[in-house]
Amino acid sequence: MEFLRHTLANGLEVLAERNEKAYSTAIGYFVKTGARDESLDVWGVSHFLEHMVFKGTLLRSADDVNRELDAIGSHSNAYTSEEQTVYHAVVLPEYVDRTVDLLSDLMRPALRAEDLETEKQVILEEIAKYDDQPPFGAFEKAMALHFESHSLGRSVLGTRESIIALGVEPMRRFHATQYSPRNMALVATGNVDFEQLVALAERHAGGWPAFEGRRDPTRARRVPSEARTRVVRHPLASQQYVILVSDGPAADDAARHAGRLLATILGDDTGSRMFWDLVDTGRAECAAMGSHEFQGTGLFLSYLCCESDDASSNLDRMRTVFADAHRRGVTLDELDRVKSKICSHIVLSSERAANRLFAVGGAWLTRNEYRTVREVVDAYQRVTLDDIHALLDQFPLTRHTVCAVGPLERIPSLA
Amino acid sequence: MEQTINVRTLDNGLILVAESMPWLESAAMSLHVPCGCVFDPVDRLGLANLTCEMVQRGCGAHSSRQFVERLESLGVDHSASVSAMHTTYMASMMSERLPDALGMYADLVRRPHLPEKQLDDARLVCLHEIRSIDDDFAQMTHQRLRLDHYGHPLGRNAAGVLDHVERATIDDVRAFFAGAYGATGAILAVAGRFDWESLAACVERHFGGWTPHALRRMGDERPCRGRRHLEHDTNQTHIAIACPGVPYNHADYFLARGAVGVLSDGVSSRFFLEIREHRALCYAVSAYCHSFLDRGSVLCYAGTTAERAQETLDVMLAELDGLNRGVRDEELARVKARIKSGLIMQQESSGARASSIAGDWYYWGRVRTLDELKSLIDGLTARDINAFLDRHPFRPVTIVTLGEKELEADLGVS
Repeated sequence: MEFLRHTLANGLEVLAERNEKAYSTAIGYFVKTGARDESLDVWGVSHFLEHMVFKGTLLRSADDVNRELDAIGSHSNAYTSEEQTVYHAVVLPEYVDRTVDLLSDLMRPALRAEDLETEKQVILEEIAKYDDQPPFGAFEKAMALHFESHSLGRSVLGTRESIIALGVEPMRRFHATQYSPRNMALVATGNVDFEQLVALAERHAGGWPAFEGRRDPTRARRVPSEARTRVVRHPLASQQYVILVSDGPAADDAARHAGRLLATILGDDTGSRMFWDLVDTGRAECAAMGSHEFQGTGLFLSYLCCESDDASSNLDRMRTVFADAHRRGVTLDELDRVKSKICSHIVLSSERAANRLFAVGGAWLTRNEYRTVREVVDAYQRVTLDDIHALLDQFPLTRHTVCAVGPLERIPSLA
Repeated sequence: MEQTINVRTLDNGLILVAESMPWLESAAMSLHVPCGCVFDPVDRLGLANLTCEMVQRGCGAHSSRQFVERLESLGVDHSASVSAMHTTYMASMMSERLPDALGMYADLVRRPHLPEKQLDDARLVCLHEIRSIDDDFAQMTHQRLRLDHYGHPLGRNAAGVLDHVERATIDDVRAFFAGAYGATGAILAVAGRFDWESLAACVERHFGGWTPHALRRMGDERPCRGRRHLEHDTNQTHIAIACPGVPYNHADYFLARGAVGVLSDGVSSRFFLEIREHRALCYAVSAYCHSFLDRGSVLCYAGTTAERAQETLDVMLAELDGLNRGVRDEELARVKARIKSGLIMQQESSGARASSIAGDWYYWGRVRTLDELKSLIDGLTARDINAFLDRHPFRPVTIVTLGEKELEADLGVS
């Protein structure tokens, strides 16, 4: 595999990881914008804008866009997170030119007022859908509790009220500042001809005016405050859903590798301490833990789903898993095993061009770096027991925010 | 497209089907044992699933924990699932680990301990699976649709029924295992990087002594087609529709697949354009071909808020009706492009190919090459599809809705 990079005069970065053995080419525009860049009066605009991008441009109607996406045989989609908005397509190499043409045009959408009113209904349906399904908003509520007033604590979808209130002018202003070529990268992985890619980028995106993108990563540093607890009764839920959040390493912190290894030892969905204690024994339907990184901050997030009668005792068991990790640490045997597990997973998933696209684009957007699969694997292999124990000292798992959603009004172990 | 596919039938009946993908570093295996939930006794619905859970609680020289820890040390990604016809064990790994993994999975299906002291824990895991549906309304709607449309045993949900699983004993599990886990009718599919002769020898060594057994027969069917509404106080109303179609191994399958593609594949499909893009009625709407050996269906789904549910159902039915009046070549061209690129992209994933060749063998008794599939897709024309739709229109015969109020739908004569 070979990494190639070129910057257009207007600041747009063009990146490629070329793999001659790949059958497909994955292409994506990675935009450094997401829910954390929104002010309260435009809450939900990043995700809404991602929908509106597909509603047509000056050159194409919405139906044209949809027909073209299918005509190139693409398996395409888009997503919005707290920090990124990504538009991607996986195509056979012969369709690369049409794909770059189409995706580039989409990055300059028409944003028509009447389309916005129609698409608003789809977003409201999306919000209604998530409200009805597990964990019934527990994740969003836990994030809000953990991040307090910081924008990272706001749901990516926005709320019913914020979406209804959103008008086309604020969306246009948001697009004009966030979709600057300096705030974006065009990334390709798999079977890609880099010279052709650069020429296509030049032709279809070289004319975009340059202006400063505007994320201020220092805003992300959460002021640590007391951990908090909230129990929300939900009339539809028959099981209890509990989310625990504590601080963890940020996206640019070298300790993030140790963080992921630790979360896998304690709470992977199979073979972890939580698995053997809570899931294999049938005490809970699910008990798992993961690490999540953002610019300037990170977190460990644990998830419990079980019968409401068992929620209190299961929560105690999860807390025992945390306390044990602090008291006794982890063993070399456990560390070696999760290294094999994670590294093998990284290598296996890298065989698909589509999977590499998100790894390469995501790393570029958050850290401005490129690493080969081998370098990523090595970074995990280098983590020592001391690293894990230092991480535990730095980020106490026992100090966590808890949010529970389900049939219960109170949970004794949270009182 | 270069493709090397090898097949060997072991003396005990096990089929080894393998596709060599030397450009990959990985290998994947998919072991399909013909003991799905259709073989559950009528008073023990969920027994195949409980047995699958118990089989993974220690085998050969390993305890349950040692087995999982060894797989993880080898970097093997693993999963197990029970469908109507099969219990399937899947694993993908770096290719040099394949012989070890095959040995471990031979222990799993041939020499499980089925320990009585683990039964209660395993039972709780299975009960959680049944209860989790209470909070998943889309899934609840799908499950009811399949049961109403196919009846027992094909339409069953593999997780089973609460009190049946509560009653199951270790003797039930051991009897099910003894009668259903065997080499006859089992398919072991392997794809990725390997040397065929060594692979065949390794499989012979580990699985050659697996006992053949008499395949069980399924029970009778009791479909309950028509309209059903499930009342729940949800934000969204869930709509699921089933129409009779043709199975995967039917000569007309790709004609049906092409038609359903026009209805629902991609963002320019009729469902997506009319229901989501033009009318903004919902976030998710879909249709797909669903297949057993001797029958197939087209299943459709949409989830939408209550006040827009009636319109959504009306438009879905109108689009099905419109499909029966014909498809156009330009729509079909887009469907073909998408299906073909999907086929080629499978070449990047040993796991996807292993599942795919296992499915081919089950339905067709052979593996169709990608070139053969490509030419089948290329050969589709709107004229042929429309002639098929004349002979075999997609008529809704089963509709299940879930939400706060019942919807109106005229099923006509079914």
